[in-house]
Amino acid sequence: MLEDKDRIFTNLYGFHDWRLAAARKRGDWDGTAAIIAKGRDWIIDEMKKSGLRGRGGAGFPTGLKWSFMPKESDGRPHYLVVNADESEPGTCKDRDIMRHDPQKLIEGCLIASFAMGAHACYIYVRGEFIREREQLQAAVDEAYEAGLLGKNAAGSGWDFDLYVHHGAGAYICGEETALIESLEGKKGMPRLKPPFPANVGLYGAPTTVNNVESIAVAPTILRRGASWFAGLGRPNNTGTKLFCISGHVNKPCNVEEEMGIPLRELLEKHAGGVRGGWDNLLAVIPGGSSVPLIPKSVCDDVLMDFDSLKAVQTGLGTAAVIVMDKSTDIIKAIARLSAFYKHESCGQCTPCREGTGWMWRVMERLVAGDAEVEEIDMLLDVTKRVEGHTICALGDAAAWPVQGLIRHFRGTIEDRIAAKRGAAQAAE
Amino acid sequence: MPKLIVDGIEVEVENGATLLQACEEAGAEIPRFCYHERLSIAGNCRMCLVEVEKSPKPVASCAMPAADGMVVHTKTEQVKRAREGVMEFLLINHPLDCPICDQGGECDLQDQSMAYGVDGSRFHENKRAVEEKYMGPLVKTVMTRCIHCTRCIRFSQEVAGVPELGAIGRGEDMEITTYLEHALTSELSANVVDLCPVGALTFRPFAYTARPWELKKTESIDVMDAVGSNIRVDARGAEVMRILPRLNDEVNEEWISDKTRFVWDGLKTQRLDTPYIRENGKLRPASWDEAFAAIAAKLKDAKPEGIAAIAGDLACAESMKALKDLFAALGSPNIDCRQDGAKLDAANRASYIFNSTIAGIEDADAVLLIGTNPRIEAPIVNARILKRARAGGVKIGVVGPRVDLSYDYDYLGAGPQSLKDLGAFADVLKNAERPLIVVGQGALARADGAAVLAEAIALAKSVGAVSGDWNGFSVLHTAASRVGGLDLGLVPGAGGRDVAGILDGASKGVMSFVYLLGADEIDMGRLGSAFVVYQGTHGDAGAHRADVILPGAAYTEKNATWVNTEGRVQLGRRAVFPPGQAREDWAILRALSGVIGKVLPYDNLDALRAAMEADAPHFADVDMAVPAGALPDLAKGELDAAPFESPVKDFYMSNPVARASAVMAECAAGRVAASRIQAAE
Amino acid sequence: MSVRRLDPNQPESFAFTAENLEWAKKQIAKYPEGKQASAIIPLFWRAQEQHDGWLPEPAIRYIAEMLGMDYIRALEVATFYTMFNLSPVGEHFVQLCGTTPCWLRGADELKEVCRKHIGPEKTVSADGKFSWMEVECLGACVNAPMVQINSDFFEDLDAASLERVLNDLRAGKDVKPGPQNERHASEPIGGLTSLTTVGQPETGGSN
Repeated sequence: MLEDKDRIFTNLYGFHDWRLAAARKRGDWDGTAAIIAKGRDWIIDEMKKSGLRGRGGAGFPTGLKWSFMPKESDGRPHYLVVNADESEPGTCKDRDIMRHDPQKLIEGCLIASFAMGAHACYIYVRGEFIREREQLQAAVDEAYEAGLLGKNAAGSGWDFDLYVHHGAGAYICGEETALIESLEGKKGMPRLKPPFPANVGLYGAPTTVNNVESIAVAPTILRRGASWFAGLGRPNNTGTKLFCISGHVNKPCNVEEEMGIPLRELLEKHAGGVRGGWDNLLAVIPGGSSVPLIPKSVCDDVLMDFDSLKAVQTGLGTAAVIVMDKSTDIIKAIARLSAFYKHESCGQCTPCREGTGWMWRVMERLVAGDAEVEEIDMLLDVTKRVEGHTICALGDAAAWPVQGLIRHFRGTIEDRIAAKRGAAQAAE
Repeated sequence: MPKLIVDGIEVEVENGATLLQACEEAGAEIPRFCYHERLSIAGNCRMCLVEVEKSPKPVASCAMPAADGMVVHTKTEQVKRAREGVMEFLLINHPLDCPICDQGGECDLQDQSMAYGVDGSRFHENKRAVEEKYMGPLVKTVMTRCIHCTRCIRFSQEVAGVPELGAIGRGEDMEITTYLEHALTSELSANVVDLCPVGALTFRPFAYTARPWELKKTESIDVMDAVGSNIRVDARGAEVMRILPRLNDEVNEEWISDKTRFVWDGLKTQRLDTPYIRENGKLRPASWDEAFAAIAAKLKDAKPEGIAAIAGDLACAESMKALKDLFAALGSPNIDCRQDGAKLDAANRASYIFNSTIAGIEDADAVLLIGTNPRIEAPIVNARILKRARAGGVKIGVVGPRVDLSYDYDYLGAGPQSLKDLGAFADVLKNAERPLIVVGQGALARADGAAVLAEAIALAKSVGAVSGDWNGFSVLHTAASRVGGLDLGLVPGAGGRDVAGILDGASKGVMSFVYLLGADEIDMGRLGSAFVVYQGTHGDAGAHRADVILPGAAYTEKNATWVNTEGRVQLGRRAVFPPGQAREDWAILRALSGVIGKVLPYDNLDALRAAMEADAPHFADVDMAVPAGALPDLAKGELDAAPFESPVKDFYMSNPVARASAVMAECAAGRVAASRIQAAE
Repeated sequence: MSVRRLDPNQPESFAFTAENLEWAKKQIAKYPEGKQASAIIPLFWRAQEQHDGWLPEPAIRYIAEMLGMDYIRALEVATFYTMFNLSPVGEHFVQLCGTTPCWLRGADELKEVCRKHIGPEKTVSADGKFSWMEVECLGACVNAPMVQINSDFFEDLDAASLERVLNDLRAGKDVKPGPQNERHASEPIGGLTSLTTVGQPETGGSN
């Protein structure tokens, strides 16, 4: 159990003032210039040592990502872009950072930008977060007024401008290259890689795109030291993490916990446990809508971190835990996600554009039991033909929930089909 | 130069080559829909997926740079399954309406489905239906068939330079359209139909008229402008059914203008299919013998200095050679092939051809356009300049009409005076390694044309536009016949009259006989009382004025030679026979020469061409752009202040064939309507 | 996503108010020289706000011209991003999250409330006060189910509380955004399980 002294987001719930003065009392902007004075190499090295893995879903080591940026500018500017397009169903952690602890993010932007040679950073906030965006902008304005941003930001000697940008309703813009396209004023269609953003990103310049949480934890990590962060959690799965617990729990909530906390402990300690008790649990989607669900049997003792969840054929993703009790029509729950991915496919590449619609339509028939049993394997095969064949990971994200459903609940689907048959026969 | 192994075969490819190119190098066939050599890489169809060792997922070969040491497999089960998967996805929402689809028989989706797909379908849902999108009179849409490869969008942006196509919406509801379904406005618009791998975009004028497999295909040359675009004429029986581009990287790459493509209906209307004689002010059909007799009678009494000949814009070299020889035999020096009055000097070839060559535009690092609007005078050349502009590192300046050329340029002035003072652009040209100066007919077909030409050549020399193997002085012609005519010397002989002189003489009653070889663009009202013979194909201006009409063969109806603006000799080939009594043009002149007792010394095409080669040896170098040598020093003269104007007033109506085309008329009307709307806004 | 079309009834023209024009210039200045197209989403959004919650066709051209973009590229953007309403919406535009986390906690019930109190989906009520539509995850999943009404989130809803919000809005009364139960934000209801030693909740804290 994580102790409050090791929690980074001390105003996660907004019980305290979000404004700069209060944030400073909570420790933000403490010695920022001194951190920057230690130099880029030190910062990146420290981030690597902390073991922080990207908090946006893919879990790529943050320090390593920062190190991919060119050491020297070839004349092109460098950019940091913060991915605040939080749209993965189940996920609502970055929202709390932006509205309740915005200075952590802003300070992180300065430090990360310095470490990557960027004098400008854009925070891309999902369009629907209108109030959050206003609050974040107000926080940015405060930071400018206080000299924490702009010329010689925070007395660091580094000139740094921070801009708040926003989207307008497109999940795909959470994909880093789609986000860059969108920021350039285009449709959010993911780019082909290579080239990667660190070489050719925003406006053709070297760019790193990081999740809000990844950036917001960086100042604290650097203040308290990589070893503090690395000492939490498990090897390769270090530190603390914001978990979003939604669905059929008694007390849905966001909470900062230690990586590797047992799922059951997470739910029971913070979310009031599964509605109707642990034995009423049917399944959990442990990392946002994109990752395959796991049935109760797996939930019983699985740990909440990247490697533990990977071992049970799912993933930590954004650490958005969607809990479903036994009252859930599990087929419908996944069909609704299929509808989501169909709605959010950008339409650029063939397997996703055509496959998401196909999967959704078959899923809808499975909900009604209006299908042949053979179609379950057909659907599974379709998911395999989408997965790994697309430009970006949305194809995979659309395929995995369906695969998870078939993997663990094939019987339920078959029963539904049989029941529909039986009803039809009985009616004859 | 990366070395890699494709299906066990080691290949070495250029730096920057893609995996797809490497695979082709190794002889592996890679299916594709969105990839196109001349467009940017989209990587969206996913048909070209291959397996690369150490890569966990199949890789889109069109978008992946070939890297040293890669081991690629294109024939594995994984690749086969990936292709089958993509084919299946493309087909689930594609209608199976091939029997009524104009793309049927030449459809990439059909072909690749046969090669890489599976039989049967596992898709039991309703197929998507997409509303048609209006794109104008040329491009017909059946958008339900669209597979979203975005080739058309990329073409309109990157090659045509008119970004008017886009994909709206997203996901499976993404739709290709223009803004509010306005008609396409690019002069190159219908190339999107060639690019469309399915039947989503088809030729509206060709709709439901023929199947590709019933067409006889003839490789030929276009005459709608002086580019000499390489075309394929598809005919069924005696009828031209459509015209398509042919690949020639030196000339038109694989594009043709909308006029080149859709003028074919003009070949079937307003045709002169029998000789006519004017009697009592009215034209009446006549036999060839009657027509020739009438001409002979008139010529018998005519003085050599009172007769003249003008060759029109579409004339082939063979007919011009015969015309020239006939008038030489008649002793007349009054002959001209420059019906627009351009002050071109036939004595020095380098002064009247596009020396840099069209492909050479891509090597230029500074371009000055003088008195030309290449977008309507030669859309293909304009596309090349756009291609150069998009590649970057080039400055483009314009002296002349200030129009939307589809690329940015520095505007330097409207008329000849600006040539004297190019401001900072003079340094741009001087500092360029390969400056290119393009002179249009708008700068030359005017009273001070010779002085402008002299000025332009002097400028070219002063900025070092001719050095080593680079000759950056280029004349952009608008007429397919012009360079051939100049090469063959169809300019006034000693004491002879040029076009202006002929018209002047005729209007004053000095000229008694004028022979128009397809010349329709002159002021017929100034021919006075002269006896006018019109040899040509269409009932256009010349035929209306004529006293005798001799029906000739259109460019699709004869084996003939044209020389394009670069001086490139190219052979057109007969796709269909001329209609009715109409005959090949050189043969008409040869027959006439017999009737008047001045028999031309050739009675077959080979002999005629041998005679042409004797006049101008480069006629033997078919398909080549033979360098013309050094630029002359021309005497400078007085420059006028009048602004340059493009000689092409209406792109779609620039010659008799186009003016006979209902499709071109619709395009022209649409363009007028569009410009009115723009003016109103 | 379904096919999105421009509304058949469009205003003659569109122009920013002087104030919005000033604001737009500042937005454009956020991006490097020559990259002003970056401002298209914020400008479209402001145009939509100015134009009663929907983006008319003349505004697409107006902003394309302001940013030096081709019309078709601007139209692509307007139709790609689903927050741009291409047809009129109600004065109070209710976007109801129907994605799984909200669905698990009763989004269907809220849809019924909307149908009953407003009418069919994507149809402006006769009095012009309301329209509603189901949208995808709005990112407040631990406060599910929820709706967004214009700029504000209304969270931890049930049929009764949504009815109350809608009725209050119809009556012109003030409504309090955020959780509609006793929660403050995303904390577990009924007592903190973490951050208990970081100081007591202060007044002046803000949502």
